Parts: sequence; structure tokens; C-alpha cells
Amino acid sequence: MTGFLTLLEKELLRFWKVAFQTIAAPVLTALLYLLVFAHALEARVAVFEGVRYTAFLVPGLAMMSMLQNAFANSSSSLIQSKVTGNIVFVLLPPLSYREFFAAYVSAAILRGLAVGAGVLAATAPVAGVAIAHPLWSAAFALAGCAVLGAMGVIAGIWADKIDELAAFQNFVIMPLTFLAGVFYSIRSLPEFWQKASHLNPFFYMIDGFRYGFLGAADVDPFVSLGVVAVFFVVLCAGALALLRSGYKLRS
Amino acid sequence: MTEAIEIRGLSKRYGTLRALDGVDLAVAQGEFFGLLGPNGAGKTTLISILAGLARPDVGTARVLGHDVLAEYRAARRLLGVVPQELVFDPFFTVRETLRFQSGYFELRRNDVWIEEVMHHLDLTGKADANMRSLSGGMKRRVLIAQALVHRPPVIVLDEPTAGVDVELRHGLWQFVQRLNAEGHTIVLTTHYLEEAEALCGRIAMLKQGRVVAFDRTADLIRRFQALYVRLRIEGQLPDALDARLVPQPGIDAVGAAAGVFLLQIQHYAEVESVLAALRAGGCAILEMEIVQPDLEEVFVQIMQTR
Ligand SMILES: Nc1ncnc2c1ncn2[C@@H]1O[C@H](COP(=O)(O)OP(=O)(O)OP(=O)(O)O)[C@@H](O)[C@H]1O
Ligand SMILES: [Mg+2]
Repeated sequence: MTGFLTLLEKELLRFWKVAFQTIAAPVLTALLYLLVFAHALEARVAVFEGVRYTAFLVPGLAMMSMLQNAFANSSSSLIQSKVTGNIVFVLLPPLSYREFFAAYVSAAILRGLAVGAGVLAATAPVAGVAIAHPLWSAAFALAGCAVLGAMGVIAGIWADKIDELAAFQNFVIMPLTFLAGVFYSIRSLPEFWQKASHLNPFFYMIDGFRYGFLGAADVDPFVSLGVVAVFFVVLCAGALALLRSGYKLRS
Repeated sequence: MTEAIEIRGLSKRYGTLRALDGVDLAVAQGEFFGLLGPNGAGKTTLISILAGLARPDVGTARVLGHDVLAEYRAARRLLGVVPQELVFDPFFTVRETLRFQSGYFELRRNDVWIEEVMHHLDLTGKADANMRSLSGGMKRRVLIAQALVHRPPVIVLDEPTAGVDVELRHGLWQFVQRLNAEGHTIVLTTHYLEEAEALCGRIAMLKQGRVVAFDRTADLIRRFQALYVRLRIEGQLPDALDARLVPQPGIDAVGAAAGVFLLQIQHYAEVESVLAALRAGGCAILEMEIVQPDLEEVFVQIMQTR
């Protein structure tokens, strides 16, 4: 347990020491999205019945920021350690691969939640958000950050260079989060794109998280949570198998 | 008694390159052991397998009886490794680095020992400095401290003195010798052969992934009983002495041009016949020195012949 806790503490301190970049910056980005999109689209985009666009947008933005930062935390920590070689410090001790995985994912969750809390705190004065079902929101926030933290572990192990990780981030994570209905309700999309959105696991995270705020969603939150849970289990199995085999970490 | 390190039939390939090719090695508890070999011989690869950083293709490695794969937790707890590469985590201070390393080994309250290790490695003044701000030699000391933070009974140092100033080298060897005297097993790789000769009770030499020599240091040197006569003369070396001429890698042409030669003799009595041959050839001796073999010579010879 001490091994796990120490690695978790190290990972937390790592992003906390540069909180300006790791927490403040994404909060500012989300705030800018809110100001620009809410101003441009408030009157034009219809979302759920009786729901203001800003109230719809805020939880989506918060979740998007959480997901992106949870991914960034585990993936960038791993790739930096690999590139600089200091990964040996965690490979030499008797840490089990489960402890290793749990520590990186837990740190990613906490970074994601810190960013999410920051985004909500910063946007609340502008948007005035109320939370209908806080437990649903909490469950999706946790699950979403866990999924992205696990994806970050996989991407961080797989990538050999920082560029490769950036490519993963730009070509996989960004499109999937952007097209997950942060800025619109998928009901407003043509039939084909609605179907396509249902194949995007990020859509369920954002939709479920938003349900917690608005009490309305495109998909039943139980279904969404189930999808996210299955996705998480698959990612965990993949990440643990990689770690166990020593793939790219132990030559 | 269980061996501190036991390696059996260890092979490791990288593509078609055989980094290790059937290595057998045993290091007893309490030994000060030297692992020598030219660049690329496989020393670091061997250490990496021992530390679980690399996986063998065939063969086994054990630390105090614990297989490094099957019982990796026990094996790693007993082993402290100073990596060859100068790596550090730029996010943290020296003390944070050491506390984390200690925690990874499941030691929570370890500050007394951490302070002691920092003291011995002359790091106390830098305890709260960021790793990034340290000089290369200082970073090397932190790496050594990190390897010792869990008081491992078996300590492996992969070229710990590369790029380290004379003062620290002395301090470091004193500290390591003290650890050895307290019962820690020490395995050392170095390219400074005087260091190995002075410190290591036994030595293994690796070449292209194979063990080419493995013996007590004194016996290794004694086996090369030859003595050498180093000469600087005026004129040509008499033909009669050609058979005794020892090739000196790299300096042959220059040496001959400057009239410098290295001759091999079996015992001191043979100095007489060398002198006689020189006299007969009409050579004037400008300088003459009798050289006993040291580890460096033994190393060069072994690497040339095997
Ligand atoms: N990860 C790797 N991938 C490919 N080849 C490798 C790898 N690691 C080591 N090698 C090769 O294996 C051989 C042995 O390397 P190793 O680092 O063990 O040598 P060494 O004895 O430690 O040398 P040095 O004295 O230079 O440190 C070398 O030819 C090296 O190029
Ligand atoms: Mg090496």
C-alpha cells in the first residue's frame, strides 16, 4: 500500500507544482469557450426543451476539460519519464503492475476532478448552474476521468516520443471529445451522425454528466453509465496486460 | 550460504546482436565484485536483467536466492542499483526524490537514514535544491543515494564514478567500502581498472556477451607472470630481441620511431640477457624500467586473445 500511496503522492505533487499550467490554464480555456460559444450560439442552437444553451454548455465544457486533463496527466507523466529515463525509478522498486496502474489512474482522476471543479467554479457566475442530481454527475465525472486516465496510461506506454503522444491527443482524444456533443445535442444532428455519435464512448460520459445537471439527456443515464463502465473494464484489462508483460517498459 | 547473485545460462539478444551469450556467474554474500569489459560487452544488459529492467531470452538470475522474475518483489527489495545513465526527475528536490524512492520500497519513516545517506554523499547542503539545478556529479550522487535508500544487502553500481571529481571518488569509495565492511555485497562496473584492482576481491570480464575471465583479482594478475622491460634506446632494436617484443596497441609506430619498446621476460634473471643483446647490437640505453603486470595489462591481453 505504501508503494501505491507514494507513487500517487509523487504524481499529485508533480502536477500540483505546476498547477498554473495543469489546472489554471484549462479552466481559462473552458471559460473562453463558454464566453465565445454562448455569445455566438445562445439564441441559435436549440437543445433540450426549456433549457438555456449556456446551462447546456457548461457541464459539457466541464466534462470535456476533465477528460482531456485526466488523459494528459497519466500520458504526459509516463512519456516524460520514458523520454528522460527516470522511469527506472519506478521500475526498480517492488511495485506491482496493479499498484503502478492504480496510482497513475488515481492521479489522473484527481487532476481531472480538480480541473472540473475549477471550470464549474469559474463558469458558475456567468452561467448560474444548478445541479439536479449531484450523485449522477459525480459518478460520471469519476468514471470519465478513470477511463481517460487509463487511456493515458496506455498511450503513455505505447508512445516512444512526445510527438507520437501529441498525435494521439490531436487525432483521437480531441475529435472524440469535440464530437461527443459538448456544444450541441446530438438530436439536432442528421440521422447518420446521431448513430455515429452513439459509437463514441465519450458521448455517454458527457451526456450522463450533463444529465446530473439538467435532469435531461439524450440517453438513459443507466445505459450511459453501463457503456462507460464496460469501456473502462476493457481499457483496464488492456492496460494491465501491457504493464504485466512489460511492453515497452521492460525490454 | 545462498549466493548474493546467481546467474545461470543467461542469454539476451537485441535483434541479431547477442548482448549476452550464455553467462554463468555467482557472487557470494559480502563480496566486493568487479564486472569489467569494453564498451558494449553486455555489463549494463546483465545488470538490467538482474534489476528487472530487461527480460532474458533464456537463463535465470537470482538475488539472494530469489528469482528476478518469479519472485520479483523479494528480489528487487534486496537489490539497489545505480544506473549508468545520469537520470533524474526535474520536478523534485533532492530530499523529495529520496523520500519518494524510499516510499516505493514501502519504507515510510526513513528520514534518519535518508539524512545519513545525504551526509555521506555530501548532499546535505543541496537537500532542498531542485534536481535540475544540480551539477552532473551532484546528480550522480543523488542516483547513488537513491539506490541506497532502502538499505539493500546487494548493491550494484554501473560506472558510478564516470564524470565524478577526484574528491567524491575517494569519498564514494570510502563509503562503499564501509557498506561492504558492514556486510553489503557490492558489484561494480568501471572502466578505471586501478579502481577495480584496488577494490574488488574478484573480477569477471565480459567480452561480446561472454565471460572471458572470472577469478580472484590477485590470481588473475598472478596468472600473467610475465614481467616487462620498457626501453628507450638509440638505434635499432637488435633482431635477437624481436621474439620478446610485445605489441603495444595504438602506439606501435610512434613507439618504434621514438625508440620506445616493451619487451617481455619471464623472470628478473632474464634482464641480463636483454642487456647482453643490446650491448651486442651496439644500442645505447636512454631509459629502462621494469614493469610488473597490473590489471590493466591483464585486461588488454585477455581482450586481445579471447
Ligand atoms: N535496448 C537495446 N536495444 C538494442 N541494443 C541494445 C539495447 N541495449 C543494449 N544493446 C546492445 O547490447 C550490447 C551490450 O550493451 P551494454 O549496454 O550491456 O554494454 P556495456 O557493457 O554496458 O557497455 P558500456 O561499457 O559502454 O556501458 C551493445 O552492443 C548494445 O548496443
Ligand atoms: Mg554499460
